[in-house]
Amino acid sequence: MPEWEAVIGIETHVELQTNSKMFCGCAVAFGEAPNTNTCPVCLALPGAIPVPNEEAIEGIVKIGTALDSTINKDSLFYRKNYFYPDLPKNYQISQYTFPVCEFGKLEIVVDGEPFVVGITRVHMEEDTGKSRHVGEDGRIHDASHSLLDFNRSGVPLVEIVTEPDIRTAEQARAYGAELQRIVRTLGVSDARLEEGSMRFDANVSVRRGPDAEFGTRTETKNVNSLRSLQRAITFEIDRQTRVLEEGGEIIQETRHWNEDKGVTISMRIKEESEDYRYFQEPDMLPLEIDEAWQQRVKAEQPELPAQKRARYVGLGTDAHTAELLADDPALGGLFDQAVQAGANAKQAGIWITQEVVAYLRREEKSLVETALSAAHVAELSEMVSAGDLSSTASKDVLNAVLAGDGTPREIAEAKDLIQISDSGFLEAEVDAVIADNTDAFEKLAGGDMKMIGFFVGQVMKRTGGKADPRLVSEMVRNKAQG
Amino acid sequence: MTDLADLSIVEAGRQLRSGDVTAVDLWEAAATRIAYTEPHLHAFLTVDREGALATAKVVDAAFRAGEDAGPLQGIPIALKDNMCTKGLATTASSRMLEGWVPPYDGTAVANLRNAGAVLVGKTNLDEFAMGSSTENSAFGTSRNPWDVDRVPGGSSGGSAGSVAVGSSMGAFGSDTGGSIRQPAALCGVVGMKPTYGLVSRYGLIAFASSLDQIGPFARSVEDAALLLEGVAGHDIHDATSYRGEYPTLTDGLEKGVKGLRVGIVKELMVDAIDSEIRAATRAMADKLSDAGADVVEVSLPSSEYALSAYYLIAPAECSANLARLDGVRYGNRVPADTTDEMMAKTRAAGFGPEVTRRILLGTYALSAGYYDAFYGQAQRVRTLVRQDFATAYEQTDVLISPTTPTTAFEIGAKTDDPIAMYYSDVCTIPSNLAGDPSISVPVGVDTRGLPIGFQIMAPALGESMLFRVAAEVERLAEFSARPSLAVSKETV
Ligand SMILES: [Zn+2]
Repeated sequence: MPEWEAVIGIETHVELQTNSKMFCGCAVAFGEAPNTNTCPVCLALPGAIPVPNEEAIEGIVKIGTALDSTINKDSLFYRKNYFYPDLPKNYQISQYTFPVCEFGKLEIVVDGEPFVVGITRVHMEEDTGKSRHVGEDGRIHDASHSLLDFNRSGVPLVEIVTEPDIRTAEQARAYGAELQRIVRTLGVSDARLEEGSMRFDANVSVRRGPDAEFGTRTETKNVNSLRSLQRAITFEIDRQTRVLEEGGEIIQETRHWNEDKGVTISMRIKEESEDYRYFQEPDMLPLEIDEAWQQRVKAEQPELPAQKRARYVGLGTDAHTAELLADDPALGGLFDQAVQAGANAKQAGIWITQEVVAYLRREEKSLVETALSAAHVAELSEMVSAGDLSSTASKDVLNAVLAGDGTPREIAEAKDLIQISDSGFLEAEVDAVIADNTDAFEKLAGGDMKMIGFFVGQVMKRTGGKADPRLVSEMVRNKAQG
Repeated sequence: MTDLADLSIVEAGRQLRSGDVTAVDLWEAAATRIAYTEPHLHAFLTVDREGALATAKVVDAAFRAGEDAGPLQGIPIALKDNMCTKGLATTASSRMLEGWVPPYDGTAVANLRNAGAVLVGKTNLDEFAMGSSTENSAFGTSRNPWDVDRVPGGSSGGSAGSVAVGSSMGAFGSDTGGSIRQPAALCGVVGMKPTYGLVSRYGLIAFASSLDQIGPFARSVEDAALLLEGVAGHDIHDATSYRGEYPTLTDGLEKGVKGLRVGIVKELMVDAIDSEIRAATRAMADKLSDAGADVVEVSLPSSEYALSAYYLIAPAECSANLARLDGVRYGNRVPADTTDEMMAKTRAAGFGPEVTRRILLGTYALSAGYYDAFYGQAQRVRTLVRQDFATAYEQTDVLISPTTPTTAFEIGAKTDDPIAMYYSDVCTIPSNLAGDPSISVPVGVDTRGLPIGFQIMAPALGESMLFRVAAEVERLAEFSARPSLAVSKETV
């Protein structure tokens, strides 16, 4: 019998950080006093009606464009009807047929292997408010009452739905990570999983090999990190496989990821399929996104993470460094500017992703809080290339620049770290050392190349460590081979 | 001497500007009329005496300072109680919203305040505008000023009655399937439904969003046009608000109908329409013809399905629109152990039987497995109705028909038969489905002395033409009868 294979689809919700909410003028802001960012529309007072936010539409068009989707010229809003206290209208304005974007794709790389995930649709909807149940232990069943905060009610929400193309938990995680990078690069959301501005639901089923029919799937919610996305899917694949191996049956249901216990738990929702009675939102006209708008968004699209990584590798960084730089806009920006100012890309990439990152972590600072500029990196790079600074010393200088002690040259001079690379002077020093150590030189000339280190060391000692060791080593070698 | 309460808006405006009367005088005349008609009529749910007087005083000061915000400044105007008024209770005639005071003004209301209108109060309606008689109001039925044992029509029956008796000089209602024109016809006043999108719906408690439209009641066609001008205009708070150039309303009133092509709708002149009403409609058609119009018979073949389509589309939309009334954030609440139970009990207690019927009907029509046969089919009929109108307007400038199948009926006559009640809107619904403007003008009385309305319909944004023909109908009808309540002042 063929091996078990998982079939995975991911639904992602992304809150857009627009100036105002999806259908009213209230601010999109977090951490404010409950119910302060509300108005008749997002509280669903009688008579209040929605007006779509153009900035949010622009945001979803950006996402759809980055995901290589077809943007529908006319797209429709629908009412999704269900009663829930944190949904003030008791229907959610969402999309059904003719969403803003359809038929997209996203290429990810897992273990060096490229893999394409199909994007079924990207649609626009609105977020709900938040309920807090107040009672003995905070559990809904024992709660004596609930408090409602509608600050989040009506915040623009984009839902991105994949085809069931994903086969492993690692791919799912890579998809989630790449999507998060894209959303951040587009600047439409901070996409923070722990704060809920990006949320994943994982649809998982297993089957006997790639030719078998899809199995019954479950939907796992409450996954609030990339790591738990991978863990939850791994757990669910194992659980389903075990159930089926033991002759059991998978129930189509919603499951809840318990981070502490590392398990998914059935939410025991009664499995009558919910009828949302979708119908076209009569308070709004069809949304028109004309060709000019689509073209403008395409033209203004920033360099996407995959494009950026490819470019960095092209400049000479290794794949890992490229990924680190592309993942952090501040570091990537510094890198780009430094290279533009003449820095060696490979060298600059390593400094930034290693020394600078270590410094920032140690000092608990962000890049802007340091004194380091792209010009500094370029200067440092030039000093190393010119032989003025050893690569060991360059790290000390870089840390001092970060700490605000001055420019690389100022620091190198102040710390007396400038290398001696005057060949006339160095040659005289080399000759002097050879003259003092004729026995050792004979061994070297006889082919004992280990002796090079001895001579370099002697020269370094005579020059107080300031000689360029590469240059000295070359001279000694040349003289030995006479 | 004419009682000030009986002045037209145009005449009152003239006298306000000449200094012969003040806004306070007009308000006091309306208040006096309210005092002796309300016990019989019950047109109002709330009369805002303090607010009206305060506004009238402000307006008089403005007049003295030479400030003039236009024809509605100082005019006493009544509002249907489904239009949100900041600081003034707005109930939609439902227990659900009893005592609810909106924290905001709807756009039409704000426009009226900016125009210096004196807002006298909130008028009765069928609960959430669902009905044709005001008998579905949770706060009592309004009476017809021509015969207090009869209904004023609905759902905007209170606004119609108020204008008919002079307790306001003009009023606003909302028309989803005829809720302005039908009560206007039954109360012998002018009632007009504008093109969908001409007046903002922001702050109008929604019944059926794709059909609802705010419009005026007046005692003359010109007054109706002035009232509409006071509220029409693009609104950033309503995504369906019209964005283009707005039609002019008053400059064609004197042009007459010579050379105009007028289509009399065949399907609305059938036996189910009262014979006296058909005769009055035919007589007016003949007068229009004599006045130079080219009157032809036209057909709207799908109009026979319009009523059925309407009673699927409107309930479907209302089933979602009324979902927000759940006792969670505002309005009345019936306490219970769980939130679900609280919402269910609140809604069961808060909605009257007709509203409940329509919510159930609409929920059913949208359900999986039924959607296509009911809601989907109704939407297809709606498209056909639009196409029928388009075809008819290829050969006509306006269409005419009766406004209602009967004149005012007795209270209780149709309350046990929803279908018979629904049929009250058979002539008015097609314009709502098409989104077109339409007006009812009184053209006479039947043998019982009850007023008969004459409906004129025009293509979308055809308000200029609509008011032009309506003004000619008004002149030709020479309708001067007044309801008994309005003229019985001395005897009360
Ligand atoms: Zn808001």
